[in-house]
Amino acid sequence: MRNRCVVLMLVSALAVALSGCGRGPDSGEQHRPVTVKGSDTMVILAQSWAENYMKEHPGLTIQVTGGGSGVGIAALINGGTDICNASRPMKPAEKNQVRSRHGKDVKEIPVALDGLAIYVSESNPIQSLTEPQIKSIYTGKITNWRELGGKDARLVAYGRENSSGTYQFFKEHVLNNEDFAREVQTLPGTGAIVNAVSKDPASIGYGGIAYASGIRVVPVRKDEKSEAVSPSLATVKTGQYPLSRNLFFYTIGEPSGEVKSFIDWVLDREGQKLCEAVGYYPIIQK
Amino acid sequence: MRSSGVLPYHSEVMPLPKLQRIGILSDRFAAFIIKGSAFVAILSLILIFVFIGKEALPVLTSPEVRSEASLSRLFLPQVHHAGEAAEFSWQPISDVPKYSLFPLFIGTLKVTLIAALIAIPLAVAAALYTSEFAPSWARETIKPCIEVLAGIPSVVVGFFCLMVIASWLQGAFGWTYRLNALTAGIGLSLAVIPIVYTVSEDAFSSVPQAFREGSIAMGASSWQTASRVVLPAAMPGVLAACILGFGRAIGETMIVLMASGNAAVLSWSPVDSIRTFSATVAAELGELVQGSPHYHVLFFIGAFLFLLTFVINLIGRWWVGRLQKKLQGAF
Repeated sequence: MRNRCVVLMLVSALAVALSGCGRGPDSGEQHRPVTVKGSDTMVILAQSWAENYMKEHPGLTIQVTGGGSGVGIAALINGGTDICNASRPMKPAEKNQVRSRHGKDVKEIPVALDGLAIYVSESNPIQSLTEPQIKSIYTGKITNWRELGGKDARLVAYGRENSSGTYQFFKEHVLNNEDFAREVQTLPGTGAIVNAVSKDPASIGYGGIAYASGIRVVPVRKDEKSEAVSPSLATVKTGQYPLSRNLFFYTIGEPSGEVKSFIDWVLDREGQKLCEAVGYYPIIQK
Repeated sequence: MRSSGVLPYHSEVMPLPKLQRIGILSDRFAAFIIKGSAFVAILSLILIFVFIGKEALPVLTSPEVRSEASLSRLFLPQVHHAGEAAEFSWQPISDVPKYSLFPLFIGTLKVTLIAALIAIPLAVAAALYTSEFAPSWARETIKPCIEVLAGIPSVVVGFFCLMVIASWLQGAFGWTYRLNALTAGIGLSLAVIPIVYTVSEDAFSSVPQAFREGSIAMGASSWQTASRVVLPAAMPGVLAACILGFGRAIGETMIVLMASGNAAVLSWSPVDSIRTFSATVAAELGELVQGSPHYHVLFFIGAFLFLLTFVINLIGRWWVGRLQKKLQGAF
């Protein structure tokens, strides 16, 4: 009796296993989803583009995944995605890899503007920071808030993991490619940085403006003499705010078909309107 | 025809009734499946190691990778700027990439030791209590509760550390860094406790009842029985539990990634930030273009971790075996 049970179980297990194998390759052939992969900063934005676009074009699927600009670029090089989201420009070496693998040039499409905000705790009295001061903080030359006119408290700097486009942008534009100090704590994701900064009165962090809640965004001055500027639509658009950047789509070669119509829609009025809805700025000024 | 149901399996003389033939066949089939799955486990272990080893090998062989990350760069202090002292530094994204594994090793060691120091005494004491002293209702409550702890996803534990434990500890002690080795170690101990508890509880309850009866008959109190008879008799099992727990602590990724601050600082202080091997691989691997030196170094770290746990297990087994022999010799 028991043996029969065992046989029954094994046979049914086998049946389940086989039935699982049957499907797969042919499903979703008619409408291959358009895949968008890359920057964590852009995930919210790309998601809302995809949702609205799919609402207008039923039957079409757009899959958005994050992971970081580097992840998206690596996926583009390995042929794992149609569109790569990146919050930093691709490096020449990466462009060369696409050319050598796919025989086509990379198409770079700026799709939105972002201001990189400097976060401090809400209880921090600091009024503004200059770009050189921020650089000194993150390279480890300033270690106490006293040196910036604040309280006597050891400064705790939070940053992103080195797979993030935000890390790259910060390193290139703020640190002028110098190394981060070893003491800079790295956290997975801007959300984690916002959480940590909101709970830590002596801390400083950086990230997209879209995330800024529960913390205070410090106005930034280009140098000692210039005026303090808060990141906002007006100041990022005009380039007054020093820490602003382009957000990009990358494709292999000229986009075509469904990918092209999605990108065209993103760059059109409706897509660009969504940028502001999630806290970024439209790249096309109409 | 024999009437009893106990037929020898290799009966060739007598044709078996159909039902029993099916029974024997299905037994063999089941044995084959079980054997097969054991081999699949071993095979996948070997395949994982071959894959990691293959990707790690260029650190030793490829001149292109070695120019950035040779073994001496990974393990010895390096002078990065003329005139400055030689240092250990992990800065893989840089004009001069720096791949010193030493700060990561110290970080891993620190957090693992902290977690073990918290988890092992707690878990072994809890196991001893539930198996020797607890009334049955307490045992029925404590055991499943600790086992549920094992089922909590580590990302949830990590988030709890990041948001709650870190704030408590900073509020209570005023440390500079909220996220540090101790915070991560406490979180990690939550993942280690259930493993150590479950395995050592099994070890305690498999100590023969006669040992306890003998001890009590000799006039020992129940505490004396537990600490001087049951605990030593179960020692090999408890040790095996500790080794399993240690292995889990070294390999755990998400808790340390979220709660340790991930700054590769070279310091022995338990309240400084740390960066562990596993968190480094998790945080950095996603971005990399295959074949870059950084990519191969991360796989080298993977192979290193693999070997580390392997060696710890090996030493542990040897030790457990020695203890067992010693115990058996005593009787």
